[in-house]
Amino acid sequence: MFGNGRNGKNGKEGQNGVSNGAIIALTGIRKVYDTGAVKVEALRKVDLEIKRNEFVAIVGPSGSGKSTLMNIIGCLDTATEGSYRLRGEEVAGMSIDRLSDIRNRRIGFVFQNFNLLPQLTAFENVEMPLLFKGAPAKERRERVETLFEQVGLADRMQHRPVELSGGQMQRVAIARALACEPDIVLADEPTGNLDSAAGSDIIGKFEELWAKGHTLVLITHDGAIARRTRRIVHVQDGTVVDDAPAA
Amino acid sequence: MRALALIARLFRSAAKIQRKRMILTVTAIAWGTVAIILLLSFGEGLKRSLQTGRRGLGENIVIIWMGETEKAYAGLPAGRPIRLLPEDVDLVLASVPEIASAAGEMHNWNVQLVNRRTALNKRVVGVHPAYEELRTSYPQSGGRYIDEMDQKLKRRVVFLGDQLAKDLFDGADPVGMTLLVADTPFTVIGVLQKKRQMGMYGGPDADRATIPLSTFEAMFGRRYLSNLVYKPTADALAPVAKRHLMEVLGAKYRFDPADTRVLEFWDTIEDSKMMNAIMIGLEAFLGVIGALTLIIGGVGVANIMFAAVTHRTREIGVQMALGARRLYITGSVVLESLALTFAGGAVGIGIGATIVQILAAVQARVKSEAMEFLGTPTISIPIAVTTVTLLGLIGLLAGYFPARRAVSVQPAEALRFE
Repeated sequence: MFGNGRNGKNGKEGQNGVSNGAIIALTGIRKVYDTGAVKVEALRKVDLEIKRNEFVAIVGPSGSGKSTLMNIIGCLDTATEGSYRLRGEEVAGMSIDRLSDIRNRRIGFVFQNFNLLPQLTAFENVEMPLLFKGAPAKERRERVETLFEQVGLADRMQHRPVELSGGQMQRVAIARALACEPDIVLADEPTGNLDSAAGSDIIGKFEELWAKGHTLVLITHDGAIARRTRRIVHVQDGTVVDDAPAA
Repeated sequence: MRALALIARLFRSAAKIQRKRMILTVTAIAWGTVAIILLLSFGEGLKRSLQTGRRGLGENIVIIWMGETEKAYAGLPAGRPIRLLPEDVDLVLASVPEIASAAGEMHNWNVQLVNRRTALNKRVVGVHPAYEELRTSYPQSGGRYIDEMDQKLKRRVVFLGDQLAKDLFDGADPVGMTLLVADTPFTVIGVLQKKRQMGMYGGPDADRATIPLSTFEAMFGRRYLSNLVYKPTADALAPVAKRHLMEVLGAKYRFDPADTRVLEFWDTIEDSKMMNAIMIGLEAFLGVIGALTLIIGGVGVANIMFAAVTHRTREIGVQMALGARRLYITGSVVLESLALTFAGGAVGIGIGATIVQILAAVQARVKSEAMEFLGTPTISIPIAVTTVTLLGLIGLLAGYFPARRAVSVQPAEALRFE
């Protein structure tokens, strides 16, 4: 589809309406939560494009709809209205299992609270997406070992999450997010539960990944962190109010 | 494989959290399994007891009594008595190919039997040698039944029922001894093997003496048979055999083969069919009661799986976010449910089998008519298969609904769950 070459490192400014070359193309996305008594419009008419090898921060106050936006980009939830094309493929209306496969292969998640399974070792946590992908045992082991090398935790593979520090857990989570070589890494407040040193370290890790050609989307309310990305999308009241390269 | 190991790991940790509840659930399933195993094995024991009891009379035989004509036939009036002769047995054997074996039988209800100072008035029957197999009258070791030579030579030999032998000879081995039958000395040639006999006419085989039919005719001056016993070549051919027999005898004695009052038939094949149908009904009934008990355990499993699924909503959300398909999530829940069910089932089968063993041992020791009739509870392969199948079904159902709930939420929602 889009080849493996990293063509064009210039995705630093948002170019709404241009779908060529965009990994993510949201058009007219609306999300309404129907809680029975009241209908809450979390997103209204969001248009957003993200190209290969962009490093984007989505910022906004709490309740602005940025988490909803991230859920929709991550295929964790479906939009009420609008079109979402992921690498040119329309996601709306896909079956649940198809969405699972999309998440498995194209999207890597990093959560604020890590979401590592406490019963499993760090190794097993990272191995999980590869299991769901159906990769053979040998490939899984090699891949997981490489990932731990990458995040600098090769000596912690057999530890349980409780035996790791917050920063280490988040690095395990990053390794897990990268397991199936996704098109895009989505991080939801990845530093929210970390002290500033560990948080800075994690952002450093993201910068490293960006330099290697990964596409990253960060959800944050922390301006300092947002400024370390290359493009800042401001969300407020369920819509994009500002979209500009980071200063 | 690895996915299974992952499921097992998550299950173990869930089991740790809900240990007490899981133990209770497993106990409930075990209880239900014990109930179903006991009920079914008692049913099986009763069935087998009835089967051996029926075999005491004879396996798939037909017994004929003689009556009189009800229809006028070929110029002859109705109401003629029809009596069969010993040679009619040969006629039937020669003319009805569907009859494999046949024997005539004559009864004398009150004959004095004397061994030294013991004198008893008992039934004496005269029979053809084929009677031995037809009526399962096998001799104990050291003796024999009446044979063709006895019949041909009208020998004065007597075969005793086991109870009668005990009463007459006070426990001593009577074979070779002399017994006075209606003041005539007879040699005892054999004693009946102990058997359980449920169907009978005239009394139990254990309490009578049997002599060759020819000897009987000569001694008591009889001509006509009391009964004729035969066995069709195959169960399915019984109706054909009966029709042909009526035709053959009807031609000889000149009665309408369709006249139902001439001969009265006791068809044990029909009996056993009916008995089988009743037994199937009884077993189904017992099985349903057992299954209901087991289902209560299944509700417990479903309950615990619902709790587990709720407890692990977030975990499931994470797995879905990482790309787990629905089948993986539902599969893991159903597998856990099956594991719980079969754990309880294994315990229950163990306990049930032990109880059955103990009961069988107790029964072997305690002599009681009722217990004997009830039979020894027996676990058969169909019982095991039924139990395991039921357990599997219950495990599947108890897992299916919680599993469906587990995948019914959007991953985004599951991930928000605290």
